[in-house]
Amino acid sequence: MPTYRLRVDGKAVSVNAEAEMPLLYALRDDLGLNNPHFGCGLAQCGACTVHLEGEPIRSCVVPVSAASGKSVTTIKGLGTPEKPHALQAAYVAEGVPQCGYCINGWIMTAAAFLKKKPKASDAELREALSGLKCRCGTHVSIMRAIKRAQGAA
Amino acid sequence: MNAPTSRREFLQTTGALVVSFALPATEVLAQAKPPLVPGELDSWLAILPNGRVQAFFGKMDMGQSLDVAIAQVVAEELDVGVDKVDVVMGDSGTSCNQGGASGSFGVSHGAAPLRRAAAEARRLLLERASKHLDTPVAQLTVGDGVVMGGAKKTSYAELIGGKYFHHQVPWNKRVGNFMDIEVQAKLKPVSEYKVVGKPVPRRDVAWKVFGTGDYVTDVRVKDMLHARVIRPPRAACKVRGVDEGSIRGIPGARVVREKDFVAVVAPREWDAVRAAQRLKVDWHAVDGAFPEMQALHDHIRAAKVTKREEPVKRGDPASAFATAAKTVEAGYEWPFQSHASMGPACAVAEVKADGCTVWTGSQKPHYVRDGVAKLLGLPQDKVRAIWVTGPGSYGRNDAGDAALDAAFLSKILGKPVRVQGMRADGTAWDPKGPACTFRARAAIDASGKVTAYEFVAKGFSRQHIATNESDPADSLVGQFTGIAPKGVQIFGAPSESYGFENKLLAWETIAPLVDSCSPLRTGHLRDPVGPEIHFASESFIDEVARAAGEDPVAFRLKYLTNPRHQAVVRAAAEKAGPKRFQGRGIAFAERNGTSVAAVAEVDVDRASGRIWARRFVIAHDCGLIVNPQGLRYTIEGNVVQGLSRTLFEQVRFDRDSVKSVDWISYPILEMQDAPESIEVVLIDRPELPSSGAGEPTMRVIPAAVANAVFDATGVRMRSAPLDPERVKRALSRA
Repeated sequence: MPTYRLRVDGKAVSVNAEAEMPLLYALRDDLGLNNPHFGCGLAQCGACTVHLEGEPIRSCVVPVSAASGKSVTTIKGLGTPEKPHALQAAYVAEGVPQCGYCINGWIMTAAAFLKKKPKASDAELREALSGLKCRCGTHVSIMRAIKRAQGAA
Repeated sequence: MNAPTSRREFLQTTGALVVSFALPATEVLAQAKPPLVPGELDSWLAILPNGRVQAFFGKMDMGQSLDVAIAQVVAEELDVGVDKVDVVMGDSGTSCNQGGASGSFGVSHGAAPLRRAAAEARRLLLERASKHLDTPVAQLTVGDGVVMGGAKKTSYAELIGGKYFHHQVPWNKRVGNFMDIEVQAKLKPVSEYKVVGKPVPRRDVAWKVFGTGDYVTDVRVKDMLHARVIRPPRAACKVRGVDEGSIRGIPGARVVREKDFVAVVAPREWDAVRAAQRLKVDWHAVDGAFPEMQALHDHIRAAKVTKREEPVKRGDPASAFATAAKTVEAGYEWPFQSHASMGPACAVAEVKADGCTVWTGSQKPHYVRDGVAKLLGLPQDKVRAIWVTGPGSYGRNDAGDAALDAAFLSKILGKPVRVQGMRADGTAWDPKGPACTFRARAAIDASGKVTAYEFVAKGFSRQHIATNESDPADSLVGQFTGIAPKGVQIFGAPSESYGFENKLLAWETIAPLVDSCSPLRTGHLRDPVGPEIHFASESFIDEVARAAGEDPVAFRLKYLTNPRHQAVVRAAAEKAGPKRFQGRGIAFAERNGTSVAAVAEVDVDRASGRIWARRFVIAHDCGLIVNPQGLRYTIEGNVVQGLSRTLFEQVRFDRDSVKSVDWISYPILEMQDAPESIEVVLIDRPELPSSGAGEPTMRVIPAAVANAVFDATGVRMRSAPLDPERVKRALSRA
């Protein structure tokens, strides 16, 4: 099995794995990170979303080999309770998640989008967040949090 | 009997998972522990040496603040700050079986024994304080766990911290939702409440937002194997053979087969996934187990009735119809729906010589314990089921199956086993909300008065698969190894108080399409049969109102006889304000004492058939409100999940198999279709006991939307879901 070197949440790590193994399994099983979740394995829900070089990707379908030599950021690396990302602070303030299993998709996608378009309109936000799932139905709360984060920025 | 696990063991093994503080106790550990039975006060709460309080709750919370509500109730009766109360939930090793999450009973019934236990603990503590401070109880006051008697003071921590009460409390011998205890203490009058009724923030938000906590999917046990269970391509399949050579070369991968139950395991998760994808199984399939999907509701209407009940039968509807000036009739249809939880279910089981531990996302962990014990042939007290928050839980989803699968595999393999499904296991193979049909008619006399009303539901039972996993017959591993489900025939009727003189509300069930091992087996999905029934009944009330020439709100207010029902209809209509455009609908329903009315405002795009439900106004009365903040969020979630079920969700199938296997073939609501606003009017009734809030709002959403669509277009949508294709077709016919 080949070895892949990458940076995850700022740390240099290496993973021995088949080239086609999805990044998600490397993050969870080889690196012991719990926060990216398996939701569908089909890039249809977003529960496994991380940033690869700052861009949101679905780690359940992106092979670990594609992350070789690159930088991966998970929600844990996006911010911390002491130094939260604006979206994380807004999520806490609004009490957004219910089961919370979907959270990577929404926060990581919105974080990347707001970086490009901090003043995005409601319609633009809705469009940017298409394809993400939340089964508990916290959508209205998610929009409130994103707007709060926009206001704080 | 409950698991004989000591508190000591609990605190050592699961402290990091469930409890967020370190226990400095030594005395607790040194003492003999009373048995974990409902009749012991120590089974309900403990006061630690640092003064913190642990409440042991036999239900669980999935992000709707139930744990916070329990903390509020306990804090209120004990007179401690709510922040001092930690709620330890859903572990059969530390709590009694209060039924798990069930029927929105979390506050209405689940809080009852904890409230009494807290009051009783306070009474006992004041007795001790009285001796300690040499002051009569009547002269003592308590503030945040500190007992004062004049100039002298002591604290709960000092009085009992780290020690057991060893105090018996008679209990009602009812296992499950209605478990309760009797105590000598007098409960605090509602008028003195300081903590209950206040908004208190959730406790599970930060760790979810920062990715620092664990889900059941994150439980790791040393030497654990990863498993994937292989579900057959069709219903009712038998295994003819398994080609173990098909997974050769995948490190450590192996097949486990017992009768028609097939699984693969491997030390690495990715290897288990690959093995599941590659494994060749020769299935002996039955052809044509299901009807054509388009013919499903014809099948239901034609099927033999297996059970009929008439929960409301008043007057003589037949005579009234015979003399009616006008008769209104309509039929409605609802599809099979999936829980389609955010992730497929996961469980970890470790079977050892002395028993079994299961970590499960099931919302009824105590029943997982019972089911695993039966499946493995172990005494119940040798099994411990620990709930760890999972990827969504809205009733009897795939979590119960995963738990029993894991235990079964761990026993065979002699190693801890983690089972997680693939997407199709959570969508195609979870127990389904039952497909059903409805027929309704109403008689109107010459003056426009409704003189008779009949409403009959007919569908698959809501409990072909039981509400919990305590019997392996209700699990897939049980069924694939040859145990057939018994099934209970039950459906339901509208829950309302329309005072029509002659009235019949009835339901009929039919046999399942396939008796065993069916991906279309039916069970409880959030607010079981609530959205289904009230989609039909509240759409029909609208049809009757219009036929009688009345405004839908005025009509409901005229015929509803229960003042609480009238109040929510009035409150929702008032808050919604004057109608600004065509496209408004209202619906009302009750659920176990909770009344809720919804006003929906929709845009209908005639070209595409897309409905956008932009605005909802909800009026909600669940008696005494414990936590208005948690309640609002819970209602919002109900609105959106209910809207998703109304607009998009139906399980697709062909003659042989379920075709809804992922989010493309089982679409749910996405952000583009989320409402712009949900306005919630909470009607607080401190004088009345709390009733449930986890589900009632769900049931008014479908009809509120369908009635709004009628208001916008003049077209009555009588089949769900109201997806663009169906709406477009209906509009083109109009």
